[in-house]
Formats: sequence, C-alpha cells, structure tokens
Amino acid sequence: MRWIWIDKFTEFESGKRAVAVKSITLAEEHLHDHFPGYPVMPNSLLTEAMAQTGGILVGEAKDFKEKVILAKISKATFYEVARPGTQITLEAVVENIAKEAASIKGTIRCGDICIAEIAMMFSHIDQNMGGLDFPDDNFVFNDNFMSLLDTYNINTSK
Amino acid sequence: MPMSQEDITGKVQEALIEALGVDDDEATLEATLIDDLGAESIDFLDIIFRLEKAFDIKIAREELFPGDDVISNADFIVDGKVTQAGIDEMKKQLPHLDLSDFESDPDVNKIPDLFTVKMIVDFINSKIN
Repeated sequence: MRWIWIDKFTEFESGKRAVAVKSITLAEEHLHDHFPGYPVMPNSLLTEAMAQTGGILVGEAKDFKEKVILAKISKATFYEVARPGTQITLEAVVENIAKEAASIKGTIRCGDICIAEIAMMFSHIDQNMGGLDFPDDNFVFNDNFMSLLDTYNINTSK
Repeated sequence: MPMSQEDITGKVQEALIEALGVDDDEATLEATLIDDLGAESIDFLDIIFRLEKAFDIKIAREELFPGDDVISNADFIVDGKVTQAGIDEMKKQLPHLDLSDFESDPDVNKIPDLFTVKMIVDFINSKIN
C-alpha cells in the first residue's frame, strides 16, 4: 500500500494555508482491526494525514528545496471519531516558517463537526542543528506527494 | 515601550511552559532548559517562535543559542574544553550569556547548563529595553 493519507487538495495558498480532503473507506485494511465491529480512523493516522497536508504546504513554500520532516507534535486534541463512508477535511495554516523549521496549526473536520485540532512543527533537516549530512536528493517529496499538487494545478517548477 | 523584569519573566515562563509542556512551577529562573525542563533541539526553535510572538520581535536562532560554527569548530574546542578563542566567540555572538562561572572550567559538556530561564529573560531584556 502507498503511504498517502490525503486524497486531494481543494485549496492551496502558497506559504499560508492549505485544505485537503480524505475519504475514509472500508477498503483500508487496518480499519477492520481498529476496531473489529467499530471501524474508526486511528488518531495516529489522522495526525499523519495532517502532517502530510502541512508538510507539503511548508515544503512548497520553499520550492521543495528543503527536506521537510515532522519533528514535533505540540498539541493534538481529538474530539470525535472519523468513520468510513465519510470524507474528512484537513486544514493546515502556517504559523511560522524559518530557515531551520516551520510550525502549523491544523484542524480536521467532517462536515461541520470538528474532529481534531493538531499543532505541529517540521524540521528542515539539511539546516538542522546536529550538523548531520543527508542524501542530496529530496527523498521526502516523492511522486505520491508531488502528484497531489499536480492534480490541484500548482505550478511547482518556478 | 519598556517592559518590566516581572512582565518579561512571566511571558518567558509562559512561552517555555507551552513549548516544553512543563508545569507552571517548574520554569524557575535557575532551571536549565535541557536538563531540568527536557528541551531538545526542535524545542529551541519552538521557544524562539513563541518568544517572537509574545514580544513582537524577530530572533535569529544564532542570537540565542550558539550555532554549529562554534560547537564543531576545532579552534574553539580542544580536549573537551572551550579555548579562549571559543569563549571570545561565544561572548561576541551571545552577549547575554553569563560566562563568569563557565570561564573557570570551560568544559564543553557544561555548555547546556548555561541555557537557563534567566538567560532567556536577560536576552529579551537586552532586545526590547
């Protein structure tokens, strides 16, 4: 399976805000274990979906020159469950983008209902404080993620 | 508009409590960020973001915490001790750091102990007042 937890961007304001959607379906294997008889999208995957939404937003702001990695979940509060047969909306709003890191505030909704609020920080690992070296090519923004923006018609080759 | 030491301390403590998830009474002036409050490298950047917002100022990371050019420079660290050149560089880059005790035993492993809540309060004070 592919590690892509959002289906499509519906809004994208470069460097500011992005909205993605994800349909939750019983075709997702893990739902049958989480939980048997009561399938709900795990909070960990809701968090990953938000990380992908926010990570692409933050990455695009720097033309994908930085390797953007989820580094810290500052706050994550889950109010309702996300169930198969529904579509969730993930909104990421940039709070800060600096040379070494970025932070976003995220909200996940299902229709009008707020499912979760998640604040997170990303590290630009080539600018990291540890002085570690990473491979030259940007392994973070692979085809899966880049094609999401193509579908939204973002011109990424500035 | 100049801010009182109390106001600055209060806002710094608030920023640290939010960034590091510690209790209100843990962020005392003498508390060290790394050992006492459990800060890691990403937390330093979170702290800077929150301080910028709280005091409406811009802070470059190197202004508050020493950059890699000090820590990994062979001229500045010899046999686990910071050289005089290294100490001079730290004084230049981070004038708010109180190096008086550190100079008598400039053990590189003691550098993290310099990062206290008070250090941040002093830094903000010098920036805005």
